[in-house]
Amino acid sequence: MADEAGGLVIDPMHQFQIHPLFGEGPLMWYTPTNQTLWLGIAVVVISLLMLIGSAPRQVIPGRTQSITELLYSFIHDMVEEVTGHEGAKFFPYLMVLFTFIVTSNLLGLLPGSFAPTSHIAVTAVLAVMVFFTVTLVGFYKKGIGFLGMFWVSSAPLVLRPILALIELISYFVRPLSHSIRLGGNIMAGHAVIKVFAGFAGVMGIASVVPIAAIAAIYGLELLVAVVQAYVFTILTCVYLRDAVGEAHH
Amino acid sequence: MTGDLIQFALMGKYIGAGLATIGLGGAGIGVGTIAGNFLSGALRNPSAAPGQMANLFVGIAFAEALGIFSFLIALLLMFAV
Repeated sequence: MADEAGGLVIDPMHQFQIHPLFGEGPLMWYTPTNQTLWLGIAVVVISLLMLIGSAPRQVIPGRTQSITELLYSFIHDMVEEVTGHEGAKFFPYLMVLFTFIVTSNLLGLLPGSFAPTSHIAVTAVLAVMVFFTVTLVGFYKKGIGFLGMFWVSSAPLVLRPILALIELISYFVRPLSHSIRLGGNIMAGHAVIKVFAGFAGVMGIASVVPIAAIAAIYGLELLVAVVQAYVFTILTCVYLRDAVGEAHH
Repeated sequence: MTGDLIQFALMGKYIGAGLATIGLGGAGIGVGTIAGNFLSGALRNPSAAPGQMANLFVGIAFAEALGIFSFLIALLLMFAV
């Protein structure tokens, strides 16, 4: 890329490369890489937040306990409202999803760090897990009646086979869109920041303008980090409601 | 001869990346439509607005996702092909 047409050489994709932490050996499945490091840091941060926050068990919470309680009640209310009373038993899974994704996204915004959720590998695993969970829970709870979800009974009879086919296709596209939404948002945000940084590097005295743009986009990225985690979780809640909830469409 | 072909492929790559970003206009329109409808509804019935915030964010995410898909194609064409 650096030896092509001259001028500005901006490579925003270099920040997404995975390289081993120790030495330059081949990437086996057990090699500690920068991605495993930041995934581990996310897990440690969440664990510390939850453990330290719930250690003082006061009825009227202090400041640290309030943080954990607010996070807990935020996800709990959302799960109960969207998934219904039956789906509230999936709350631990959804809590893990939300806190993991929001912590990974926010940690990826620290300067010099690596965003684990910018890789389709990480987000695809999360989305495929959600897909299998929803499908298996649907079949477990409703048996073959789960396929009634694709049979739109509020449409004319002639249209139902075509609609069933369209619903089936859109059901299988769900993990694809679910994973690409999260991964694409985070990757696109980081790449845009890097492109503006490339501009700022070559503009000399006028580099104040790209740096102000970077600050603005950084604020947007903070919002996107939280909103994308929230959207991932609430879409999982909606899919679970379809699988667990009412028998009519 | 092969140098010319490589230059043509590069030109196609860059033009394709530029064309792919046209899809982001649709994302802007979609998100603006949803947010505008939410605002007009919330200004008519402010007490019912907080109950629909979840639907607002879900709608915005769906509309934005398709725009991000096209931006992803543009980035992939520029830097990963």
